[in-house]
Amino acid sequence: MRAVGIILAGGNNKKMRELSAKRAISAMPMAGSFRAIDFTLSNMTNSHVQRVAVFTQYNSRSLHEHLSSSKWWDFGRKQGGLYTFTPTLSSDSSTWYQGTADALNQNIEFLKRSHEPYVIIATGDGVYKLDYNKVLEYHIAKGADITVVCKELAEDEDDITRFGVVKCDDEGRITEFEEKPLVAESNMVSIGVYVMRRRHLIEILERCAKEDRHDFVKDVLIRYKNVKKIMAYKLESYWRNISTAESYYKTNMDFLNKKTRDYFFKEYPEVYTKVDDLPPAKYNAGSAVKNSIVSSGCIINGAVENSVLFRDVYVGNNCTIKNSIILNDVYIGDDSYIENCIVESRDTLRPGTTYKGEDGEIKIVVEKNVRYLL
Amino acid sequence: MIKKEMIAMLLAGGQGSRLGVLTSKLAKPAVAFGGKYKIIDFPLSNCINSGVDTVGVLTQYQPLRLNQHIGIGIPWDLDRNVGGVTVLPPYEKSDTSEWYSGTANAIYQNLEFMEYYNPDYVLILSGDHIYKMDYEIMLDYHKQQNAKITIATIEVPMEEASRFGVVITDDEGKILEFEEKPEHPRSNKASMGIYIFDWKVLKESLTTLSEQPGCDFGKHIIPYCHERGDKICAYEYQGYWKDVGTLASYWEANMELISIIPEFNLYEEFWRIYTKSDTLPPQYISDNSKISGCIIGEGTEIYGEVYNSVIGSGVTVGENTVIRDSIIMNNTEIGDNVEINKGIIAEHVKIGNDVKMGVFEEAPNTVAPHIYSYGLVTVGEQTLIPEGVKIGKNVAIKGETTLEDYEDGILKSGETLIKAGDLS
Repeated sequence: MRAVGIILAGGNNKKMRELSAKRAISAMPMAGSFRAIDFTLSNMTNSHVQRVAVFTQYNSRSLHEHLSSSKWWDFGRKQGGLYTFTPTLSSDSSTWYQGTADALNQNIEFLKRSHEPYVIIATGDGVYKLDYNKVLEYHIAKGADITVVCKELAEDEDDITRFGVVKCDDEGRITEFEEKPLVAESNMVSIGVYVMRRRHLIEILERCAKEDRHDFVKDVLIRYKNVKKIMAYKLESYWRNISTAESYYKTNMDFLNKKTRDYFFKEYPEVYTKVDDLPPAKYNAGSAVKNSIVSSGCIINGAVENSVLFRDVYVGNNCTIKNSIILNDVYIGDDSYIENCIVESRDTLRPGTTYKGEDGEIKIVVEKNVRYLL
Repeated sequence: MIKKEMIAMLLAGGQGSRLGVLTSKLAKPAVAFGGKYKIIDFPLSNCINSGVDTVGVLTQYQPLRLNQHIGIGIPWDLDRNVGGVTVLPPYEKSDTSEWYSGTANAIYQNLEFMEYYNPDYVLILSGDHIYKMDYEIMLDYHKQQNAKITIATIEVPMEEASRFGVVITDDEGKILEFEEKPEHPRSNKASMGIYIFDWKVLKESLTTLSEQPGCDFGKHIIPYCHERGDKICAYEYQGYWKDVGTLASYWEANMELISIIPEFNLYEEFWRIYTKSDTLPPQYISDNSKISGCIIGEGTEIYGEVYNSVIGSGVTVGENTVIRDSIIMNNTEIGDNVEINKGIIAEHVKIGNDVKMGVFEEAPNTVAPHIYSYGLVTVGEQTLIPEGVKIGKNVAIKGETTLEDYEDGILKSGETLIKAGDLS
C-alpha cells in the first residue's frame, strides 16, 4: 500500500455534555452496534491501508477496550497492524499531546520507520464512507502538497461555525481557511482528513516542533496556505461529524432512514466493528416497536417509537420510549417514560420514572442505580 | 513436546435425514438454530467455555457449509498455535480407502490426529444437540470415579425412554447394564451420546474392533469395554438438553426460546454461545410493523407483522405480511402481503408477494409422512416461491419453483414439491 494511516482520536468536546465524561468521542457508540471510530477504521481497511496508528489521549479506556484486538478490521497481519499511541514520558518530552501537530511529532518515529510514501490523517469522529485511494489519486494528479477532504454542508445541516471553513479557487486550491469562524463565509468545511507525502509531513512537523507550534490546522494548514499548494477534495457522499450532543443525536436518527441504512449496511464496502456475540433481540408479548433500530441482546417488553436501541438494552413492561437513543447495556424498569433523551450506557433506570427533553432540547440521562437491588 | 489433557472429537458427518429438505444440501450440524446460530455452535462453544481448546470435527455428508462456517475457528477462539479446531474428512490411504462407516470407525480413522496431541482423555461429542454443558466438571467426575469411560446421561420421561439408549446404574453411578431402545425400559437415564474415554482404553478398543463393519460406540465399543470389565460410569447431567433430530422437535426447540424466561436461556452473561457473524448492523422495525413473542437477528428489516417466531439475520419481511409460529433463517426475503403459518423457511429463500403458506385443512404428507408432519411447511434453502401461490400444511418445497409447478396456483396440504434448481 502507498500510505500509512493516522487517526486522531484523542479529542473531547464540551458540547458532548455528560456523554464525554466516560469516553473519547471516537469511542461513542453509533448506529446501534458500532462505535464512531469504526467508520474511519473500516475506510482505512477498505482502502487497503494496512498500517494504522490511532492517537488517543482524552479518557481512552473505552476506546482502548474497543481496539484491544485489531482483527475485527483485519489489521492484525504480518504486513501491517493497528497501533495505539498514548502520550508517554520520554527523555525529550514530558507533556501531553499539546495539539494535533504535537501528537504527530511525539510519534514521529512511527512516521520515520514507515516506508509508505504517503500519509492519510483522519479523525475518529466522522460518519462516512470514503475510499482514501481516490483522495490520494486526486492529490497526485493535482500535484498538491497537502490535500484536505472537504464537504459542502446544506444550510440547516449542522452548525457550520464549529468546523474549519474553507474557500477554494476554480481549480480547487484552498485560498482561505478559517477555523471555527464567527461568521462562516462559505458552506464548505474541512472534514479533518488530510493526505500528504510522508517525508513532507516529517519535515513540517520537525519545523513546527522547533518553532514550538502544536496545532495542525492553525500552524500548518492556515499558516502554509499561501506557500504550499493545499488542495480541497470535495466529498459528495454522506458525511456527519458527531462531536456535539445534537449532531450525535441527529446522526443516529439518520439511520432510521432506509437510504442511510442501505448506504452503510447493505452497499459495498462494509463497515466493521468488534463482534460481541450477543443473542438475537427478543420481543416479548406486550412489546410495540415502531420505526426503530434494535441491536442484538435487547429484550423488549414495552413500546419503542422512533428510537435507536444499542446492544443489550432491557425495556421493562409498560414502558414508552419515544425519539430517544438508549446506549449499550441499559436497564429500563417497568412503567418508565422516556422522550427526547439520550440514555448513557450501563444506566439502570428505576421503574416508573419519567425523563423528557423539553422544547426541542435533548436530555442526557445518567443514572447509576444498583441494578440487582431493583 | 505437545500435550493436551483432553481433546474433543466432534462427530458432524451425519445427514440428519429426518430434517427433510433442510439437510438436502448441508449436514445437520450446519442447520440454523435460534435466529443466528448453527447447531454445531453449541458443542463448539461448550468446548471453549470448558477449556477444551483442541477439537477435531469429523465431517462426511455435504461438508461445504460446515467448512465455511468453522473456517479456522475464529468465532470460538479456536484458532490456536497448538490445537484449535481441525476439520477431519475421510481420506484415501495407501492400501485402502473408506468412508466413515460408523461413529467409532470415524474416530478410529483419525487415531493419528489424536496421538499427535498426546492426550490423557478424549471427549466424544455429536454435533446435533442443543445444550450448555461444562465438560470440565464431567472430566472431574470421571477422574474422581476412577472410570475408564464416562457417559453423560439425562433423565427423560419414562414413556419416552424407549427412544433412547438407557443405562442402569448402581448407587455410585457405575453402569451395570445397557439397553438400546428397549421396549420396556427399566431406567429413564438416557445416554446423551457424550463420552469421556481414557485415551489408552479408547485406542486399544478401537484398534481391537477395527475390523468390525460400521463400528459404533453404542453398539460395539461400549459393550466390548463393558464385557471385559472396564469401569463405566454415568455422569448425570441436569439442565436443558434437546435432540433436534426431527422437524417437529427442531421447531419446538426454537419455539421454546421465545417464552418469557426460556428453559434454555441465551441471554445469560455466563456461558456465551459463539457463532460466525456475517451481519453486524442492528435490525430495523418499521412504522407499521407489529412484533410480539419473537427473537430477531441482526440486520433484519421488518415491515410487516411477526408473532411467536424465530427470525434469523439479514431477513426482510415485507409490508402487510403476517408471520406466525415460524422459523425464518438467515438472508431470506419475504415479499409484501404474505401469510406464513408454522413455516420452517431455510436460508436464502425468496418468497414472492401475496403468497399464503400453511393454509387449508391439514392432510398427511404423501411421500414422507413421518418427516413432514405437525402441520409444518418446510422450505429448503435457496428456494424460490412465485407470487400469489397458496400452499397447504405438511408440505415440503425445494428448488426454484415457478407458477407452472402449482396447479391453479395451489400446492395442497401433504404435497411435496422438490425441483432441481440451477445449483442442486
